[in-house]
Amino acid sequence: MTPRRKQRLTIIAAIGGLLSAAVALMLFALNDNIDLFYTPSEIIEGKAGTKPAVGQRLRIGGMVVPGSVYRNPQTLEVTFDLIDTGPPVTVSYNGILPDLFREGQGIVATGVLTSASAIEAQEVLAKHDEEYMPPALAEKMKGIKHVKPAASSGAPL
Amino acid sequence: MFMWLHQYAKTEAAYSLCNRLIPWFAAISMGCLVTGTVWGLLFAPSDYQQGDAFRIIYIHVPAAMLSMSTYIAMAVAALVGLVWQWRTAFMAMIAIAPVGAAVTFIALFTGAAWGKPMWGAWWVWDARLTSELILLFLYCGVIALYCAFDDKQQAGKAAGVMALVGVVNVPVIHFSVQWWNTLHQGATITRLDKPAIATQMLWPLLINIVGMAAFIFTISCVRLKNEIIRREQRRPWVQQLVHSNEAKNEL
Repeated sequence: MTPRRKQRLTIIAAIGGLLSAAVALMLFALNDNIDLFYTPSEIIEGKAGTKPAVGQRLRIGGMVVPGSVYRNPQTLEVTFDLIDTGPPVTVSYNGILPDLFREGQGIVATGVLTSASAIEAQEVLAKHDEEYMPPALAEKMKGIKHVKPAASSGAPL
Repeated sequence: MFMWLHQYAKTEAAYSLCNRLIPWFAAISMGCLVTGTVWGLLFAPSDYQQGDAFRIIYIHVPAAMLSMSTYIAMAVAALVGLVWQWRTAFMAMIAIAPVGAAVTFIALFTGAAWGKPMWGAWWVWDARLTSELILLFLYCGVIALYCAFDDKQQAGKAAGVMALVGVVNVPVIHFSVQWWNTLHQGATITRLDKPAIATQMLWPLLINIVGMAAFIFTISCVRLKNEIIRREQRRPWVQQLVHSNEAKNEL
């Protein structure tokens, strides 16, 4: 490698190093803002020392507690509890739930915090994990017997 | 170590290398894409949660993975161009850029089409989706910057610097689902553990990834050939090539 090429390579490497350090510091500083949602325990116990205020618009992401889903049979109103590792947060929602919504499923809801542990949601999104397997295998490994989304639409959960 | 590479700094050698490689990679890509897509869409079992909707994975994942790999390839070309001052490397860079942009667009589009039925939203500003969108903007930026200069050697340098700067985004895309909480799920294949997908679903996916990679390579080679011809149109070997093609067409 000629000295000039070596010099150019060093300059590029130095700029690259400085730039990645700068981006890393920036992302680290913005860390909390890049998160898409609060977890239920972060809403109740606070995140990085600050608790979200009542009336604040936020997103919450957690797992639907089995047995906590209550539907009003007359309307589209539904309430359910979300949980991660700490105490649960109750979400109430009036609208159509995504196909993947079921007990034990990861859910991301956008809404307004109405009390310390309750959220009035305007949008409910389903989060799915990175595992893909045929239904027979899922039944054997996890003991889950899922009905096909097409068959379950309209039927109560 | 890289001495054998030096011969391809000459445009003529690069041109004939492209000519030799294109048929092989075109055959591999067509074979793999047809096999993988037919297998994935018709014969692979449906998913236990998402049913048949998960099958878009056979287009989405290869496109998303290769949008990042293609960016790295483009950045390596830019680095070689900047350090060794090879004109051919800048030609390769600008040949790859629009292909990468198209693949990134496919990844974003199929992701949105998958997100609507499964998540319930076309688009969410989470870290994975946003950083992939930034990747598309980086590709567009490299193309725009290159086109903004009349002197193509200057254009190559400017766009090359931009391509190198953008490399910072690639690890951010990959690790976004681990560093922050996102709506997008974690990595299925590119992780240290065993892939989190059943084997009979994994094979067509891997085949499609190979096919997509070969496809991107083929298209990039064709574009590189065009770029070389356009930039070197006054060189004797190009004019000779044109004359021999004309002679063939007249026959």
